[in-house]
Amino acid sequence: MRVKNQKDFLAGLLFMAVGLAFAWGATHYPIGRGAHMGPGYFPLVLGGLLAFIGALVVFKAAVIQTEGGNKVGPWAWRPLLCILGANFAFGILLAGLPGLGIPSLGLVAAIYALTFIASLASGPLRFKEVFVLASVLAAGSSLAFVELLQLQLPLWPAFVAG
Amino acid sequence: MDWLQHLATGFGVAFTAQNLLYCFIGCLLGTLIGVLPGIGPVATIAMLLPATYALPPVAALIMLAGIYYGAQYGGSTTAILVNLPGESSSVVTVIDGYQMARAGRAGPALAAAGIGSFFAGCAGTLILAAFAPPLAEMAIHFGPAEYFSLMVLGLIGAVVLASGSLLKAVGMIVLGLLLGVVGTDVNSGTVRFAFDVPELIDGIGFVAIAMGVFGYGEIIANLSRPEEEREVFSAKVQGLMPTREDFRRMTPAILRGTALGSVLGVLPGGGALLAAFAAYTVEKKTRLHPGEVPFGKGNIRGVASPESANNAGSQTSFIPLLTLGIPPNAVMALMVGAMTIHDIQPGPQVLTHNPELFWGLVASMWIGNLMLVVLNLPLIGIWIKLLSVPYRWLFPSIVLFCAIGVYTTNNNSFDVWMVGAFGLAGYVFHKLGMEPAPLLLGFILGPMMEEYLRRALLLSRGDWSVFVTRPLSAGLLAAAALLLVLVLLPAVKQTRQDAFTED
Repeated sequence: MRVKNQKDFLAGLLFMAVGLAFAWGATHYPIGRGAHMGPGYFPLVLGGLLAFIGALVVFKAAVIQTEGGNKVGPWAWRPLLCILGANFAFGILLAGLPGLGIPSLGLVAAIYALTFIASLASGPLRFKEVFVLASVLAAGSSLAFVELLQLQLPLWPAFVAG
Repeated sequence: MDWLQHLATGFGVAFTAQNLLYCFIGCLLGTLIGVLPGIGPVATIAMLLPATYALPPVAALIMLAGIYYGAQYGGSTTAILVNLPGESSSVVTVIDGYQMARAGRAGPALAAAGIGSFFAGCAGTLILAAFAPPLAEMAIHFGPAEYFSLMVLGLIGAVVLASGSLLKAVGMIVLGLLLGVVGTDVNSGTVRFAFDVPELIDGIGFVAIAMGVFGYGEIIANLSRPEEEREVFSAKVQGLMPTREDFRRMTPAILRGTALGSVLGVLPGGGALLAAFAAYTVEKKTRLHPGEVPFGKGNIRGVASPESANNAGSQTSFIPLLTLGIPPNAVMALMVGAMTIHDIQPGPQVLTHNPELFWGLVASMWIGNLMLVVLNLPLIGIWIKLLSVPYRWLFPSIVLFCAIGVYTTNNNSFDVWMVGAFGLAGYVFHKLGMEPAPLLLGFILGPMMEEYLRRALLLSRGDWSVFVTRPLSAGLLAAAALLLVLVLLPAVKQTRQDAFTED
């Protein structure tokens, strides 16, 4: 059997997986009855509903012909990894990972890391340009968020600021 | 004329230095993100929510509202000058607006969009002021069964009027409802689906979902497309004033757009985007006057009408939020979050418990519209300059503001991991053609729906028929069912598809 609508087929599978997972998880909580619903009632019903919708989507995608098969197409790995990587690097540098013994390096270092990693998403690195952008963002954010809005952000590494 | 008096109190609230300032900031930011393609009001409002914690609630809501309707003004500038929609609700403005710019008539096109938006904004504000109190009066008498049914209607309406596959959109709602379940169950105190993660006890942060899916997800999707060639018609913007002929053509179009936009804004699933599409379709159906430029070739009505409609729609979509507590679209879903942060329960009680907030917000919208006309017409040159900023400088900044915003929500890096995870989810949704807006609506409404469902069934001792024996609840559910049936009829299905694909 060939899938006639690839996007919908995968979307349906995703719905089914998430729905079943929630429904299965819900059975670990008291279900209760209609008049006295337990914490498991609502997620169990919804999980079942989502799995059912997913099955319908999968069925339609497998049976009904669509133009060109509605292919998912190539994944944009580079932007995906760079944007998410920039985000995670920012989080790690800003607050550190006490579990792994990584110290907090502060907002300024985190901004440089984020800007450089994120910039890689759109093509080859233009070092000077990105450096200027990162510096502007670091100065602007320090001023706006830390000085003006008084948000609780460590500016500098913990071992420098003491 | 009770509401005129209320409006006077509202202006009293809005005309303080602080509120005027935040109204201005909101409008300015709204115009900014409106002009810039690739960032919309949902991501911006999510980004700024943490910054509003310290503000008084009125100032916070005034600013956030300004971002939404301000974006409707800014979106037209990019549509007309660059042939790109600055905002999704300006997609149809591109068609005739850009053609006008190419014919050297960018000025009148911008003026038509600005004047239309201003008129529509004023009308929308008045409609909000006039219709919200009676609606809230009615909603006060709603019981849990009615509220549950109303939310069902709201969610169904939101997907019926949206574009794309109906079944998948319903699936996204349910997925959103399920994500809303995560965290402590208010009735039993049981912590659900938290996997022993302490940060999940309070549930998933909606800021993380909104920013991940609408912020990161969109950026990744944008970057996967090759960069468009941009051609900015900056040199050709002189003489904003439309001719007398232009005025004669655009006045009825503005009136039609405003009326249509006001109605569509109130509907579940409505708001700026739908209003603009519908207005353009209606305008195209009307007969051309002799000697008028055809649509698609630079007809001023094709700019004036959808731009009026999207602004009217963005104002009136506050009506269901402020009177029923039901957000009709993703932006309003975020407003629910913003109100909850400030301990304001959206719904009919806003009018009775926080009248100064409601009327202050309404009055600020009118003031904001006035500011926006000034920001967008005489100061158009600044925004044109902004359009030459390349996307490769823009997106790292957006990522940074998202990351800072989400971190400062709770001063906890766990939210940063969450926004990354939802960014991945957002990109997967994009690749698989799953619409994210219903997910956000479901997520916001989920906990409320569960609560009302439980209460309704507790009162009826487990009898499910309570939803159909109470007349109002039955009516609301019937309306939801009717909507579903209607949209599945082949004839309607076809027009629905046509309405969202422009030739």
